Amino acid sequence: MAAQQPASIGSPYLTEGTPTVHDYTGVINISGKREGFVYFTAPRAMLTVLLMKMQENDFSHETMRDLVGEVANTISGNARRDFGRDFVISVPSVLAGERPEIPQKPGARSFVIPINWRSHSAKLIVSLT
Amino acid sequence: MNAASGKVMNANGKKSFKLMIVDDSNIMRRRIERSNQFEELELVGTAGNGLEAIEMFKKMDPDVVTMDLTMPQMDGIECISKLVVMKPAVRILVISALADKATAVDAMEKGANGFLNKPFTDRQLNEAIADLMR
Repeated sequence: MAAQQPASIGSPYLTEGTPTVHDYTGVINISGKREGFVYFTAPRAMLTVLLMKMQENDFSHETMRDLVGEVANTISGNARRDFGRDFVISVPSVLAGERPEIPQKPGARSFVIPINWRSHSAKLIVSLT
Repeated sequence: MNAASGKVMNANGKKSFKLMIVDDSNIMRRRIERSNQFEELELVGTAGNGLEAIEMFKKMDPDVVTMDLTMPQMDGIECISKLVVMKPAVRILVISALADKATAVDAMEKGANGFLNKPFTDRQLNEAIADLMR
């Protein structure tokens, strides 16, 4: 059923420098044994559909920010299943708008995992040292 | 502990429980509220962090609390510790993305009664809440 269409993962790749992002980006600061950032970035159109699927009727800027932050938090928190509690995650911060300033550790490379769902594309970006 | 002790009856003659939802995400708070299928569970308050939760707890005296862990100002683990001192019979369901066993054990040792990982389905949430109210 189209409404339950699963997301698919595109070919992951490494990139140097600042990763490019979509309209909204949830950022989790990682500390502990590993340091760096995990980002979930998505276009507004994709977030709108996600909110509709969640039976939300508020599509405001604040709700979009809330959603990308929550997705970034959920993905990062779930990673502790493998990395343990020394993989310390912050509360999410959110970037939005054109050319936001992406926080990054100097010299860090980013591992980018494309996420495709319906006609939309988002990215999970892992930048750890 | 008995969550049913001292509870009032609702209009249908069922025991009534007061629910408080604590999560820093508005979306998640609304999601939990919408998913609640128990007519005997009445939402009396929501909070976006541990400090707000304690203030709301003092005002509304809930019987059941859903508690996020990663929150600004005061996290869920610290908040749980304070709530169980204020009301030992309170039933607390942690709903968190933190998926490591050590965190779940820590939360339970601090006084939580259940642990549900995000993301979750409506069915998983309602089963977890049902367990809490037994």
